[in-house]
Parts: sequence; C-alpha cells; structure tokens
Amino acid sequence: MIELNSNIPSGPVEQKWDKHRFDMKLVNPANKRKYDVIVVGAGLAGASAAATMAELGYNVSCFVFHDSPRRAHSIAAQGGINAAKNYQNDGDSIQRLFYDTVKGGDFRAREANVYRLAQVSVNIIDQCVAQGVPFAREYGGLLANRSFGGAQVSRTFYARGQTGQQLLIGAYQALERQIALGKVKMHTHSEMLDVVVADGRARGIVVRNLLTGDITAHSADAVVLATGGYGNVFFLSTNAMYSNVTASWRAHKKGAAFANPCYTQIHPTCIPVSGDHQSKLTLMSESLRNDGRVWVPKKQGDNRPPSQIPESERDYYLERKYPSFGNLAPRDIASRAAKEACDDGRGVGPGGLGVYLDFADSIKRLGQKTIAERYGNLFDMYQRITDENPYQLPMRIYPAVHYTMGGTWVDYNLMSTVPGLHVIGEANFSDHGANRLGASALMQGLADGYFVLPYTIGNYLAGVKPEKVDVNAHPAFTDAVRAVKAQTEQLLNIKGKRTVDSFHKELGKIMWDKCGMARTREGLTEALEAIPKLREEFWRNVNVPGSGASLNQSLEKAGRVADFIELGELMCRDALHREESCGGHFRVEYQDEGEAKRNDDEFAYVAAWEWTGDGQPQRLHKEPLVYENVKMATRSYK
Amino acid sequence: MRLTLHVWRQSGPNATGKLETYPMDGIEADMSFLEMFDLLNEKLTLEGKEPVAFAHDCREGICGSCNMMISGQAHGPWKGATTCQLHMRAFKDGDEIWVEPWRAKAFPMIKDLVVDRSAFDRIIQAGGYISVNTGGARDANEILIGKEVVDESMDAATCIGCGACVAACPNASASLFTGAKITHLGLLPQGQPERDRRALAMVEQMDIEGFGHCTLTGECQEACPKEISIDVIKRMNRDYAVAAARYVEPKETAGAG
Repeated sequence: MIELNSNIPSGPVEQKWDKHRFDMKLVNPANKRKYDVIVVGAGLAGASAAATMAELGYNVSCFVFHDSPRRAHSIAAQGGINAAKNYQNDGDSIQRLFYDTVKGGDFRAREANVYRLAQVSVNIIDQCVAQGVPFAREYGGLLANRSFGGAQVSRTFYARGQTGQQLLIGAYQALERQIALGKVKMHTHSEMLDVVVADGRARGIVVRNLLTGDITAHSADAVVLATGGYGNVFFLSTNAMYSNVTASWRAHKKGAAFANPCYTQIHPTCIPVSGDHQSKLTLMSESLRNDGRVWVPKKQGDNRPPSQIPESERDYYLERKYPSFGNLAPRDIASRAAKEACDDGRGVGPGGLGVYLDFADSIKRLGQKTIAERYGNLFDMYQRITDENPYQLPMRIYPAVHYTMGGTWVDYNLMSTVPGLHVIGEANFSDHGANRLGASALMQGLADGYFVLPYTIGNYLAGVKPEKVDVNAHPAFTDAVRAVKAQTEQLLNIKGKRTVDSFHKELGKIMWDKCGMARTREGLTEALEAIPKLREEFWRNVNVPGSGASLNQSLEKAGRVADFIELGELMCRDALHREESCGGHFRVEYQDEGEAKRNDDEFAYVAAWEWTGDGQPQRLHKEPLVYENVKMATRSYK
Repeated sequence: MRLTLHVWRQSGPNATGKLETYPMDGIEADMSFLEMFDLLNEKLTLEGKEPVAFAHDCREGICGSCNMMISGQAHGPWKGATTCQLHMRAFKDGDEIWVEPWRAKAFPMIKDLVVDRSAFDRIIQAGGYISVNTGGARDANEILIGKEVVDESMDAATCIGCGACVAACPNASASLFTGAKITHLGLLPQGQPERDRRALAMVEQMDIEGFGHCTLTGECQEACPKEISIDVIKRMNRDYAVAAARYVEPKETAGAG
C-alpha cells in the first residue's frame, strides 16, 4: 500500500521554499557527474529540466517520441505566461498571484506549491529574456503585459500569439547547447513504454525506437517524467495528435498514484466542430477576451446574421452575470456559461453549438491595425479554418477540452509515490487545483523545470549511491522489456475488424457526453459500464496493420488508445466519487443557481488513486488540503 | 467532392519508392488536408493495406512536423500556411493532387512521406543559442530593447523548423532556416557576445550537413509557412563575412590557480 506524504516544509508559507532550499542536501560538483538522470519528454518542463540539470553537471539522457525536441505541444500555447513582476504598477505581488491561483483553482490546490510557483515566476521571465526570448515590448524598450482570465491585474508576458513557441525554443536551444557539450544524450523517435522499478525505486525506463521497432532498457539513478497531459482521452481536444497518457499511465501501473483524474479543463474559446471528419480542435487564445466581447442573441433560435441583431437584442452574458470580471471570468465559468446559453437554444452557427466573440467595439476603439498587431496570427488561423473574416464577422467559438489539472501525484519535491520517479509540468497534478488560470501552464512547466526540480532532485540523489545497473541482467529490467515486447506482439496479432481510431472516437464520445462539461451520477454510472466493454472489444477486435519492425503509426496509436481506455474509466470513477462541483468538475446534482457548489467538509482533499491490478478498481487515498493563508470561500467573480 | 490522389509510397530508406494512385470520394470543403489523409488511412486499414506514414502533430501550424510537397508546392497552394492548415476548399471537384515528401540530400528518407530533419537540430547545436545557464539572470526590464528591434527579431524567431524552405529551394539550401536563427539572436542585445562565432559555426554546420548553397532564388520565402523574408539570409551573409574577417580563435589562457 502506498503512503501519501506531501513533505511540505514547516514554517510560514513565505519562508517554506527558502528554508527547504537550505535544508536540502547538496551533491558536490565533482560527484554530480557520477549520477545519471533520465528525462522523458522535452516540452517546456522536460527541456528546461534536462538543460538545467546538465548545466549543474548531471549526466542527462532525454527521450522524446518526436523527431526533434522542438516539436512538443508546449509550442502551441498562444497567449502568454504569468509572473508577479508588478511591472505595470497595478497592485500585483507574489501574494496576489498566489491568491488568484488558489482561488482560481477553486481551493483544491496545495497552498505551499502554489506559493512557490508564484515566487519563482519572476525568475522565469528573467531567465527567458536572458536566453533571447523576444517578449513583446513597449516603445521605450520595457516589457509589455496583457490581462488574462481570473485576474484583475496585467501580469501576462507574451510574444504575439506564439508565447509557448518562443519559450519552448528558448528551452530547446538551452537543451541543444547541452547536447553539443555532451552533457545531454538525446534520444529522438523513442517512446517510453514502461518505468523500471528495481529494489524499491525507479531505476530506468523501457523504450521503443519508433523507426526500427527496437525495444531497449535504459538505467539511471533517477527518472523524470515530463510527458504532458491526457486531454486526448476525449479524442477531440486542443492537444496535439500525439499527446497521450502512456508514460504516466505505465508509471501508474508501476506504483505511482494518479491524482484528481477528473479535473479537466474545458477551454471556452475554441473553434466549433465542423463535421465528423474533425481530427482536433483549435484554440483561440484566451487573450482575445481582452478585446473581444462574448454574446448570444437574447431570443431563442434567432438565425439572423450577427450584423442584423441590434444591441438591445444581444445578451453579453459574461458581462451581465460577472460584472467585475466580465469577459475575463475564469475558464471553467466562461465555458459553463457558454454551454448554458447553447442548451437554452440561443447558440449560434451550425447545430447551435457556438457563441459569438465580437471584436467590433475594439476595432472601432483601437483601429483594425492595433487589433491585427495583437492577434493577427490568430485571426488568420481562424479564417483558414472557418472561411470567415473575423475583422468583419464576430468569431464563433465553443468550449473544448484543453488541459488536465489532474495527473501523477507528487509531493512538494515533485516526486511520485515511487521513490526516484519525479513528475513535472502538466503531467503532475500539483499546482492548479480544480481549474487552471490562463497563462499559468507555461509558468508551471518552466518553474518545475528551471527552478524547482533541479534543486529537489539533488536532495533525492544525495541520499542514494550512484550505481550502474546491468540492464541485460537485472530481472526488473529484463522482465519489463519482455512485457513491453509481449504487448506489442499482442496488438499486432489481434487482426480484428475495427481501426484504432474508431475505438478512440467511441471512447471520446463516451467521455465527452458523460464526463465532460456537466457530469451526473447516472451518466457516470453508464460510462463505467460502457468503458470496460469497449476495453474488452478493443483487445479482441482491433486491427493494427503492418509490422513492429519499422515505423508503424497505427501500432504507436494502438498502445496509447489502450491506455486512454483504462484512464477514462478511472476518470469516471473519480468524477463519480467526488460528490461536489469544483472548478472544471461540474456535477449537475451539486449547484447553486448554475454556479459550482463545493463541499469543503467532505471533499477538501486530493484524491490519489493506487493501481491494484488489471481489471480491478483502483484504491482511493486522500491527501487533506489545509488552507492556512487563503480563507476558503465560495469563488465569486461577480 | 471527388479527387484523385497520387501519393509517394516507399517502405523504407533503401526501398524503391513510387507514386500510388488513390481515388477519393466524399471530401468536404471544411476538411483539412491531413483529415483527408486520415480518411485515406482508415480506408486503407479496413482494406487490409498499410496506411500512409506521414509526419504531423499539432495540426495548428506551429509544431513544424507536417511536411508534404503538394503538386510541386511545399505545404500546398495556400501562402503562409502549413500542410495541416491547408483546407480542402483550396481544391475543386475532379482535381488530381500529387503528394510527395521533402526531397533533399540532407533530409534522408525514412518512410512514405516521412524524412529525417535532424540536420536542423545539429545546426542549432552548432551555435543557435545564447550561452546562459539557469539562474543568475538579471531583471528582465534591465535590458531595454526597442519595440521595432524586438518585432524584427520575433519575425525571424517564428520559424517552426519544418524544412519547407529546403524542399522548395532548387539547391536544397538551408539558408532561410539558418539565417532566421542568426537574425533572431543577432538582433538582440543578449545575442551580441556570441554573434561572430554563432554565424561562423552555424554556416559551417549547414555545409557539413550537405545543404546546398543559396543563389537567392527566393523560393524559400514563398514556401515559408511563417512568411520569413529572405532578408534574414542577407543578414546571415553579412554577419558571416564580418565574423570571418575579424574572428580570432580565443587565446588559451592559464588559470589563476
């Protein structure tokens, strides 16, 4: 049985991280080169961690399934990155970023982690600028900021609508520099398919080379997973096509507890689905809500073109319901409000599944040139997909799955319940509670990778002797390799009648209908009956063409979908057990006039699920959440 | 809409490749080009054939994975768009479309439409970075950078590393890619200390990888999905010439003990 120990340092929240940094053991510089560390994934968290640990002197091996570390989906983040710099003199502070994040997460995040995140946020901006990240600037040469949802200050730093790209390129360049220096060994086209736990701690991974099909084991003194979120369990999401849960899930099966799986973020501003052929959804950055106004017609079934609907017959519902935050209400709230308007028959566009995001007022106020400068690439992207010109017509948007707050459970040191297995970035559960605020994912990924893990992993490594393992002899390694080979063979040999995608789509539909924006006891119970049947059919009737000895994209996808099916079941079980509404988790039975109704007496805890074996329900462990610095209250953005 | 696809099929790096013809039916104008390939692959799988391997991931024009030469144009007919952003309304009923991989000596073939672009990573390794370790950076606002300068730097920094510039170039030159990085970093104050050695090392690596020389045909900027201007090549050439003229190997200095 696993034990949850959050290892939160004692003392006042403002001093915990400083104190902990002093208390942690150090590895002396000459000894660092004796330790091997494996990093899986090279998005913002993975690339920044791999580069920083290599700079410190550790021997780092980094594994990605992409052809290059520059492709990770962090690259698609558009709007920006938060930091408590208070450059705008508008009352921001570490304390305020901390408060906004705890409140935005609907009081389901760990206070100590969030405070540390707010503290290091300021270092991230300094580091990125030093690397040459071209953040937007004012004419005088100072950094510019914009506003994001859930905050009343301007603390978001950005590089046009491509902030994730620029931050990732910064981390990628730092990583490539370490590769050139021989401190990081980069393995591309390499998908992690298992964690090896030997003698009670994570000692390595099993990897399949996607080009040759070779399955090999790699050992290290510590393993770091930076493998992103699991939004693709819904099939349609804003995630990249390859984003998947496999690394986290295989770690879960090796003993890493999985926390709060039902906390998924549905982003309010995405381009609506256009047909059955749709393979993914495209986000329109939240930053657009700085200058765009969200509305639907007041009348149900009003089919007039937007230009013919007079002001008096429009419902700017976010401004009406949340006057103090208006169009910048947090994501979960804005998404739910959009769904409500559409459910009420006031949605716009094909199928009535859309609301308007209108820039007419801003264009009138600021001119088209300014709007184009701020959001030009997003407007172009919208036009290519929809064939409509957003400078003339309001955008049509609808909520879509975007981010997962849940993930592998980690302690304050970002270590999972498997000693030596660290998990960073979106892949862990730690900092966003039940809802993440906009522009905080980039902040957390880089905080973990540049400024938290490189310290805390030293504390772990200082306590273990650097030792090589013979991966060809140690039974934990040979068994893991054998199991991965067997699963690959099994997938290829089923030769059933259905494609991998058809299973993925069916799972996605179950998840969206029953475990999406609104969840009910009845729906979740149905899903918990349907998903095991789907799993059973998958392992009997999936068709994976080709062989395992060369590039086989169907085989790669089959393994990922198999894991998504199991994860989907756990998400529904978690959502069913959490009999309250909080953040992205909205249970229809628990609401107060459409607003989420938390139950702090019974559910102010992290739900960490322990794997107990194939086909068995996971065991629930609870980490109580204690709020000493922010008073738990009903979130109000009114 | 009905279309005829001619797609390059090649089972491995050393196999002989050829164009296979696939008639496509039921294509909708709102589909993306890659969603049409999803449809084709579902069909091939159900027929018991091996689907077409192609590189893709984000499907929103930013990861740089997708790379199809569509009827002779890198990323197809839309300007400033990647293959994944191209939508089928760009075509009309009855069209024939030829789909091939990027072709360049420095991008070896892997399978079907997938090629190896790791040469780009090695060009970055040669010097496409600013050497700062984590920690110790000074306050971000202590470095003043004019808006015009940062905007120009950003124009170059938007490169997604897809390789369309190489595929479109008659010489298979990587000058637009390399020039974009040299410009992005070389315009910024933070990039000055290493500007000379960066230009020399990156240009040299480009040659080592087997990319061709630039003859300023301008095909690269036409094909670039981020519409990066060939001005970056001008800048690269100037930086390289200046650096070559004044660069001296750093002196060996003895440590202070």
